[in-house]
Order: sequence, then C-alpha cells, then structure tokens
Amino acid sequence: MVNFIIRRAVHATFMIFLISIVIFLVITLPPGDYLTARVAELERQGSRNAMQQLAGLRERYGLDQPLYIQYWRWVSRFVVGDFGDSFDYNRPVAALIGDSLLLTIILSVSTMIIAWGLAIPIGVYSATHKYSLGDQFFTVLSFIGLAMPGFLLALILMVVSVYVFNSPIGGLFSPGMVEQPWSIAKVVDLVRHLWVPILLIGLGGTAEMMRVMRGNLLDVLGRQYVQSARARGLREPVVIWKHAVRTAINPIISMFGTAFPYIVSGSIIISIVLGLPTSGPLLLRALRVQDMYLAGTFLLLLSLMLVIGNFIADLLLAWVDPRITYE
Amino acid sequence: MAISVKPKASDPESFLEEGSDQTIAPKGTVEVEWISLSQGQLIWRRFRQSHMALIGMIVLIILYLGMLLCEFLSPYLLGTRFTENIFQPPTLPRWVNAQGQFHVRPFIYRYDRKVNRETLEMTYTPDTSKIVPIYFFVEGEPYKLWGLVPTKIHLFGTKDKNAPIFIWGSDRQGRDLFTRCLYGSRVSLTIGLAGVFLTIIFGSVLGMTSGYYGGLIDDFMQRLSELLMSIPHIPLWMALAAIVPVNWPPLRVYLGITIILSLLSWGGLARQLRGKTLSLREEGYTLAAKAAGGGDWWVISRHLIPNNASHIIVVATLAIPGMILAETALSFLGLGIRQPMTSWGVLLEEAQNIKIIILNPWLLIPAFLVILTVLGYNFLGDGLRDAVDPYSR
Amino acid sequence: MIAIQPTSQDDRMVVEVKDLVVHFQVLQGRVPAVNGVSISIQRGKTLGVVGESGCGKSVTGLAIMRLLPTPPAELVRGEIIFHRQSTGQVIDIMQLYPQSAEMRSIRGNDIAMIFQEPMTSLTPAYTIGEQIMEAIVLHQNVGKREARQRAIQMLDRVGMPQPSRNVDTYPHQLSGGMLQRAMIAAALSCQPGLLIADEPTTALDVTTAAQILDLMGHLQEEMGMAIMHVSHNLGVIAEVADDVAVMYLGRIVEQSSVDDLFYNPKHPYTQGLMHSIPNIGQRQRLEPIRGVVPEPDAIPKGCAFAPRCPQYSRSTCPPIPPPSVTVGPGHEVCCYLYSTPGA
Repeated sequence: MVNFIIRRAVHATFMIFLISIVIFLVITLPPGDYLTARVAELERQGSRNAMQQLAGLRERYGLDQPLYIQYWRWVSRFVVGDFGDSFDYNRPVAALIGDSLLLTIILSVSTMIIAWGLAIPIGVYSATHKYSLGDQFFTVLSFIGLAMPGFLLALILMVVSVYVFNSPIGGLFSPGMVEQPWSIAKVVDLVRHLWVPILLIGLGGTAEMMRVMRGNLLDVLGRQYVQSARARGLREPVVIWKHAVRTAINPIISMFGTAFPYIVSGSIIISIVLGLPTSGPLLLRALRVQDMYLAGTFLLLLSLMLVIGNFIADLLLAWVDPRITYE
Repeated sequence: MAISVKPKASDPESFLEEGSDQTIAPKGTVEVEWISLSQGQLIWRRFRQSHMALIGMIVLIILYLGMLLCEFLSPYLLGTRFTENIFQPPTLPRWVNAQGQFHVRPFIYRYDRKVNRETLEMTYTPDTSKIVPIYFFVEGEPYKLWGLVPTKIHLFGTKDKNAPIFIWGSDRQGRDLFTRCLYGSRVSLTIGLAGVFLTIIFGSVLGMTSGYYGGLIDDFMQRLSELLMSIPHIPLWMALAAIVPVNWPPLRVYLGITIILSLLSWGGLARQLRGKTLSLREEGYTLAAKAAGGGDWWVISRHLIPNNASHIIVVATLAIPGMILAETALSFLGLGIRQPMTSWGVLLEEAQNIKIIILNPWLLIPAFLVILTVLGYNFLGDGLRDAVDPYSR
Repeated sequence: MIAIQPTSQDDRMVVEVKDLVVHFQVLQGRVPAVNGVSISIQRGKTLGVVGESGCGKSVTGLAIMRLLPTPPAELVRGEIIFHRQSTGQVIDIMQLYPQSAEMRSIRGNDIAMIFQEPMTSLTPAYTIGEQIMEAIVLHQNVGKREARQRAIQMLDRVGMPQPSRNVDTYPHQLSGGMLQRAMIAAALSCQPGLLIADEPTTALDVTTAAQILDLMGHLQEEMGMAIMHVSHNLGVIAEVADDVAVMYLGRIVEQSSVDDLFYNPKHPYTQGLMHSIPNIGQRQRLEPIRGVVPEPDAIPKGCAFAPRCPQYSRSTCPPIPPPSVTVGPGHEVCCYLYSTPGA
C-alpha cells in the first residue's frame, strides 16, 4: 500500500510539472504580452501616449526575456511559495488570490460532499425500483439537472429572485462582511449564503453521479454474486447495500476525480454570473490582459487542486476495492 | 381417429428428407404470442419505449427545422434595426381590440416610447387607435434562401414600417430577438455537431489505437488525456479562446472555437473507447478474426469499429449538449463567437448586465432555447443508449 | 407458516415439484420457460436434470429457491413441496413470498444453490471467509468468532489448502477451482438438506471438474443431503446422478434411474442424445439430432419434440401434449410411442 501511495505521489508531481508548462504556453502564446494588451486598452480609453508610459516597464517585468527564462522565473519561485506580483494590480498575487481561492475551495468541496450525499441514496433507490414512479421522477429530474447549465440557471434565478423576493441573490456574504476578518459570524454568514451557489453548481454533478450510480448498480445487480448472496438467505437490503452497492460504488469514487474539475469549472463561471468574490471574475480579466503571474498561478493552483483531488480519489479507490493495490 | 392437422407450409413428413435443416411444424401453442424481430427492429422497439427520448427527438427536429428555414421564418433580417424601438417588450398577437371587437386576422398595436426624464426609464404604450394586421407569406426585406434562392417572402410580418412585430421583444439596438434567435441557432445548433464530429474522429482513432496496441502508445495517450483532464476545462477554454486573434473573420473564429472545444473533449471519449477496445481485444471474436488471418487494420475496421459503433453514437449524442453549453458559455463571456455572427451565447452576452435583464427579462429567452436543446439531446441520447444495449432490460 | 399434509409417505423425500409452470414476459412476447414439470428429490440421492440450453432446467432450480425476479418471471401454477427433516415440517414453497422470513430461513439454510461461473460467484469486495461467515451468523445464530471457526472448518472439508490463511483471501486471488470450493463451502456451511448445483463444473477444466464432482459426492455421503444436479453434459450426469430427468422446451420428456436412461432410453430425444455422445475407441459417425430448437412462436401444439423426431407420424402423435406413461419401475416417458392418444 505504501508503495502504491509513493508511486501515485511521484506521478502526481510529474503531472503538475507538465501542466505548468502547458499553462505557461497557453497564457503566453497569444501574440503580444501584458504590455501590448494594456497599451491597446489605454488607447481604447483615449489615452494618447500609452506607449511611452509603459515603456520602462517591459524590462522591469522581465517581459523582454526569452520564454524559457520567463517560465523558469515563474516556476522556480512558485515552488517556494513566491507567486510573484500581478502586472495589472501591482500587488502580490498571493494577496489577490488568497481569499478568493480559499472560497473557491470551500465552495467546491462542500458542493462535492452534498452532491455525493444526495446522489448515492437516490441512485440506489432508482436502480432498485427501476421504472417505478419514483425512478421516473428522479430520472427526469436528473436529466434536467444534467442539462441545465448552471450559469444559465443562475441568470434565471437572479431575475426571478428580483421579481419575487425583491432583492438580488448572489454574493457569498451580506454587504459589509466581505472585508471583515474571519470570525464565527463571518462563517455563519457564509454558510447562509452558500446554499444557492452550491445548488447551482452541484446540480449537474449530482445528476451525473446519480445516473452513474443507477447505471452501475443495475449492472452489478445482474451479476452472479448478487444472486449468490440472495441464495445464502440474506435479507434483501443486506444484499443490495452490503454486496451490490459496495461493489458498484467504485466508479463513483473515481468520479470524485472527474466530477471535481467539473465542479470547480462550474464554480468559476457561476461566480462570474453571480458576482461572487471567488476566482471567476479575477481570472477572466487576468486571461484577457495576459497578466502572466496572476493568470498562470491561478490556473496552476486550480490544476493542483484537481491533481490532489484525483490523488485522494485514487487512494480512496484503492482502499475500497481490494483489487486495485494488487496491480 | 381423424385428427386434422394443418401443417404450415409443407407436409410434416417432408422434414424427414435429407439435408433439410429448417424445421417446419404445425405452428403455435395457445400460451405463446411471439414474433421474430431483427436487431434493428429490436432497437427501434426499445427506443420507442422511452417516451422522453421520443419527445426529445421531436423537439430537436422542430429546432433544426427552424434553423434550416430561419431566413423564411423570421420577419426581418439579422441586422435589421428599429432605432426607435430599443428594448421593446414582446408584441404578442391579439385578436380582440380595445373596443372589444374580434378580428379573424391577428394584429398588433404600434407602440410609442416615452422616456422618463428623471429616471431615464423607458415605457412603451400601445396606440390602440389603429390596428396593425399581421400578414402571412408577406413581402419583406429581400434575402437569399440558403444563400441561393433570392426571394422576399417571410412567413409573417406587418406591412407597417413604424409598427414592427417583435414576438420575443427587441434588444438594445432595436433588433428583433426572434429573428436573432433563429439566425443564432445556425451557430448554436451546428457547433455541437461539428465539434462532436471532430471529437469522434480524434477520440475513436486515438482511443481504439491506444487500446488495441497497448504499450508505449497507450501510455503516452493515457498521460496526454490525463494531463488535459487535470486542468479545469472552463479556465482552459477561456485561455485558449483568448488566443484566437481579435482580427480573424467570424467564420474562422467559428472554426477555431470548434477545434478548441473538441481538443479538450476527445479525452473522455478516447478513454472510454480505449477501455472497451482493451476488453474487446481479448474477446473471442477478435482472436477468431486474427486466427482467420486478418491483419490489424482489418480487425479494427471490420470488427472493432462495428461493435463500438453504437457506443460511439451514443457517446456522441450525449457529448453534443456539452459542446453547445461550452460555446454558449464562452460566447457569453465574450470569448467565443464574434459579431456579426451570432449564437445564443452571444445573445446572452448582451444581457449580462443584471440591471438590463431585470428591466427586459425577455432577453433571457435564448437561455431557454439552449436548455431546451440540451434537454432534447440528453433525452435522445439516453433513449438511444438504452435501446442499443441488448441487455438493458 | 404454511403446512400441508405430506402426499408422499416416503420420509426420504426432500423436495417434490408438481406440475410447475413458469412464464417469462419479454419484449417479443410471453414464453413458458417451464411448462408442467414434476420431479422429486430424495435424501442422500442425486437427481440429474439434463437438457439443452434454454430447456428450462436452470429456471426450475431458481424457482425452487424462489430466486426468480417476478417481473419478468411469473410462477403461474404448481406446487413445490419441501420436507424439512429437522422439524418434520412440510411447506409449499410456492405459497411463500420470496422475501419472507420463512423463505429466507429455507434459502441458504435448508436448500442451498451453487452456480456455474466460479469467478463471479462471490462478491469481489469481501474475503471468502467473510461471505461464508455471513450465512453462518445469519442461520446458526452464533457469534463472529465461532462463525469464523466453522468457516475455516468448512474450507478444510472442501479441500481448500491452508484454510486458516485462505479464509482471508479475496475472490480475485483464487483460481476457478478454489473459488468453486469456496462457493461450495459457503453453500454447505449450514448443512442444508438439498443442494441445487446449476452447471457447477461447466466452467472448469476437466481435471478440476473431476475433483469438484468427487468433493460433492463425498460431502453428500457425509451429510446425507440430496443434490439436484443441473447440467447439459451427459458425461457428468452419468457420473454423479442416481436418477435423471431429461428436459426439452420446458417439459420433462423422460425420467428414470441413471442406468435405465443410458442403457434403455425410451424417448426419441433421449435416444438421440445418447447417439450423439462420442464413444472413445469406437470409430463411428456422430449422429446429431436433426433440426434446431424452435423459436417460441414455432413450438408445436402437441409434443414439443415432434418436428425433430425421427419416429413422428401423424397418426401416432396428435397435436396434444403427450401424457406421462410408466414404462418400467421408476421409469416414465412422455411419448405417444408408449401410449395411445386419448387414452
């Protein structure tokens, strides 16, 4: 088992390294760089001598260096925790990302947990009562959930809430709370506001996991060992939960690795729509203006989250399925 | 004891003849009602069982028909503006006028716009003095149907230039939303197909090759798709979309976006097909095909592909909604399709400001169209998947 | 508890099946998978049920265990009478609900079943020991520690090497033969009166199969239980069975002792089966039975075998299912060659 963990850890580290290269390339590939984008922006806004204003900055930002040197500067500092400064805001990236990344993590993880908690029981029920009224109801619901793009639903919900409740939903905190330092009150406030984004983001993930659970369980229910368990006289709930579900649940656990990115992505775009103080809007602008350190670090940290998530999923899977570690 | 037995085709004694493999016997028992069905018929039968799939199919057919006839169905052209009628609420057809009279031909009223000097709010009030009839197969602005047939006939419209008909309202430049939605469907409904088509090609070839050959090729493919799956897609799409140069013509942008979208999704399909191919590789019929002397390519094309075909079709159908949503999301963020080409996502981008949407909620209609399309494909795909799997019952 | 008067005075009787009819509802229509089957299984003896794929022999076994999912299956009529030796109770299994506590106290406890595929017959997520212990804890009301001991003992009895170690292995770590032994251990852990074996050696190689059959024979002697051995392999049946029932298209066409069946087959189908067995040492042309098993819509009204029967004639065989006729001690046939129509 320890062997297995080490192997997976090395693999994960290697992945991150490759990912950092890909991210760097993607950000710096568009012609020009931050400064050219900024010049264009300033000129659009009417400024006349943008070029001169920003002339000296090129050297300071190191944008005149060849690509591999820029990459190295970024990565070598990243691993020691120095994320560099944002060109755009002229502040350390860590400060800018800090809170919003934390909130993204909180949002994503809690959505994941709730999605699991709902998907598994509903999926099991659906499979064991196939084609019943309940199953049909949940199937339709899950389809709508799968098909309903979170951000569109967010838009609709926002409009509806204004008409119905006379106040816009959105935002993770009540006005005034955002800037406050962390306290119990702030946490409580967060939780109260969390459920709307979780609902929006998690809908698709829950629906998908429910479908997978149902599909897998139906598969497993047709296997011989389920019949054997019944033949030994076990009670039906024991046959279903202890034998069938336990075997069918493996793919769901590995889905932890695949659903997580979906949820993180979803949270980004929903946060743009709802105006949440999470990563979305920040990232969008950073990408647009090629704010290399900000965008790059952001993407890399998000990917790191995913790789870690995958890693944990692998561990969980190995723990649950005895067949895996013997590979 | 004469018992009359009516044999089906020939004399029962005839099956004692040499070489007759088929059995011909007096037919039917009382307890059994049975018909023999071909594989295709079985698939259709199972498909028919899913009502939701049928509904999905019908909805999609309607949407695609609308797309094909969009130039004819819309009362105006894509760029037609009515600068006096910006943000006008939907003008629904009426049959009874303010005086209570019933008209057979539906009509609308002309609307006057008033701007409140202080709040800058706009209100539209109908001028009920004069009805503006809606005509069908009316002559409107000229266009070329499918770019080929020049004509002026639109399905419906008013003949009054001052009283435009906006059955779904108008946008900030006074353009009819219904028209723009119809034209927008051309992009929204096809980008999914194009993207998925590319994805299938990448994904199947790579996935099946990877699974079939195994070894280094397989390892490399695995790493690559794992790499792509480890970067959150939406941010990566955003980054890639930002790469597309601002000065490219809209059509090239369309193609670029399609390629970007499929670049990231082939991984999922490839992985599934790889898994299937891996297991099929060891299956009886693959080995039998090889034993019969088939080379690798022959085995792949004549055995693996047909057996995987139904799976590919199902996965494709279920992947289309993802593409459509991705394009909508990107365009919504301003990173996707560029003007003057339009898609439902682009239409929603214009609605991004929350204040504007609250005042003009009809601007959200494209969102419903997206949802409808995505739902349709999901139901269809699920029905297909159940129908194609012979063991699903 | 449903008790009825035992109709048979033979107190060696374990299970009596009377006129069992089971229908299946599928996409293309409705099929009578079991169409009037009557068999009886006695303590200490093995009843072999033989027939081609799809003849209904497995369904019969599953019906006795009430393991058929009811849709799509439907137990249309019949009786399945179980004689419980320990208490002398007589129960009609057809009357019980499949999930009732009563039925579950029979299943796995008084009547056990083993299946064809050893590789998928035990849950991959648990060790074989855990799965054997499950049944012991459930039916014999003992604690975990005692159950574990009994499980190890059982593994020993079925010939599993190093039982105290292997009790903690997972199914994927064992070979087919080992798994089948584990399966048997799990099934017999509660000393049932009847073991239904559904093609237990079909998926095993010849050597392992021989070992398993041997094992089953020994255990039968030790425990005095009855075995219903379902197989399509005549060689296996010849080896293990005391009595044999031959099935075709859901009906029993011939029942007799194993010797009578092989040396004195009466029904043309049985005769055909016997002729299609290759004889080592004899250079003879194999004679297959002409024709194929018909689709459900081509099943004839009378004798199901008529279209393929070399001795069919319109005058002898009316379109009514032939009744069962006794042609010798313990030897019954359903064939008009041995009875007159209408008699």
